[in-house]
Amino acid sequence: MEVSLTVNGRNVSSDVEPRTLLVHLLREDLDLTGTHVGCESGYCGACTVHLDGKPVKSCTMLAVQAEGADITTIEGLANGELHAVQEGFWERHGLQCGYCTPGMIMSAAGMLAENDSPSEGEIKHGIEGNLCRCTGYHNIVKAIEYAAAKMRGDEPAEPEWEVSS
Amino acid sequence: MYPREFDYVAPGTLDEALAVLASNPGAKIMSGGMSLIPMMKLRLLSPATVIDIGRIPGLDAIEDRGDHLAIGALVRHAQTASSDLVTTYAAALAQAAALTGDVQVRNRGTTVGAVAHADLAADTTAAVLALGATMVARSSAGTREIPASEFFVDTLTSALADDEILVELRVPKSGEGESSAYTKLGRRGGESDYAVAGVAAWVRKTNGSVSDARVALTGVGSKAMLSSGAMDAIIGSDGSEAAIAAAADRAADGISVLEDLYGSEEYKAHLAKVYVKRALGAALS
Repeated sequence: MEVSLTVNGRNVSSDVEPRTLLVHLLREDLDLTGTHVGCESGYCGACTVHLDGKPVKSCTMLAVQAEGADITTIEGLANGELHAVQEGFWERHGLQCGYCTPGMIMSAAGMLAENDSPSEGEIKHGIEGNLCRCTGYHNIVKAIEYAAAKMRGDEPAEPEWEVSS
Repeated sequence: MYPREFDYVAPGTLDEALAVLASNPGAKIMSGGMSLIPMMKLRLLSPATVIDIGRIPGLDAIEDRGDHLAIGALVRHAQTASSDLVTTYAAALAQAAALTGDVQVRNRGTTVGAVAHADLAADTTAAVLALGATMVARSSAGTREIPASEFFVDTLTSALADDEILVELRVPKSGEGESSAYTKLGRRGGESDYAVAGVAAWVRKTNGSVSDARVALTGVGSKAMLSSGAMDAIIGSDGSEAAIAAAADRAADGISVLEDLYGSEEYKAHLAKVYVKRALGAALS
């Protein structure tokens, strides 16, 4: 079946089987391998992309369901410079192996688009659908707090690991 | 993981969807796909035809119809959870929708779809039972209304006939003296994931006593079900802490509690009591 959609601002179309998952269209047909395939069962969130601005799991969606949709992947998040969430993950070491990172960043960006002042609890609730097997959640939360501050125009708080001598 | 091959149809009208369903026995209806797609990937289910109702206009609204709210088949969990109408007039349903899955699931999955799927540990199933909702099913033969109390037949089995599509959920609006709440323990701890045990409670208070109530359990037995023990105990009481505790004690009376990976029969029966107490406490507070 022919499916036409917008991916990272570009109109694309592809001939897919009905059973083709959106994540496979992105990775295999469009070569956008930033979106990861983790658990393949809807739990881990490594495949998170934005569908019409909202985070969804691209491994739990058929490519044909995305007909006419506007998809943003991790490759489309930066706009000339890093997105605040990407910068936050860089500055606060929000990753270890990096496997969950694209999904984490897409979920965090979706959350901050709706609420740029989330509490620590709201951040944790907001990334409930993303698993980090390195268990690096502490710094991920710090990275999202950094991004939230940047998006509000505030100076991000110094991380607590930087102890003055 | 790919599903087995299937034919995909995305009708533009409900009538067209009903016609395709009537001529393709065994076809599955897909709205958000949050339950169907994982089951197809695991090949627990391999329908020959998938009918995607996601492109049918007019099914994505929450309407105030005077004495009840109407929730269309394509209203997503996130929409139900954040709706002022649902929060105000059917609090237990808004709370259950907010605690369903995770953000990504709530952005795709639909409230009506989850009810139709009838998972034994879903959240919204308990809420629609406690709120006394009515399910509106359509087939090419016409429209049928099914009370929530008759809708859940068994695990993943509803009263929907093969040629019917669940198109709307009608939830009576909580009025003066009426309120509801949903509480749960999730499989990943706290309130995350499917319910190890969840309880929705709806109460009506008249002149200082509980004149009517419905208490529904999910995750505890083979399907979402009313707790007649807790309801018998709370109705006619003063709704005090002692009355709530007495009702909680009877939470699992006459219910066949199912053991699973997340808890033994004994533990789940205990959780039913704990969460009946919390849900009634929240509804009566």
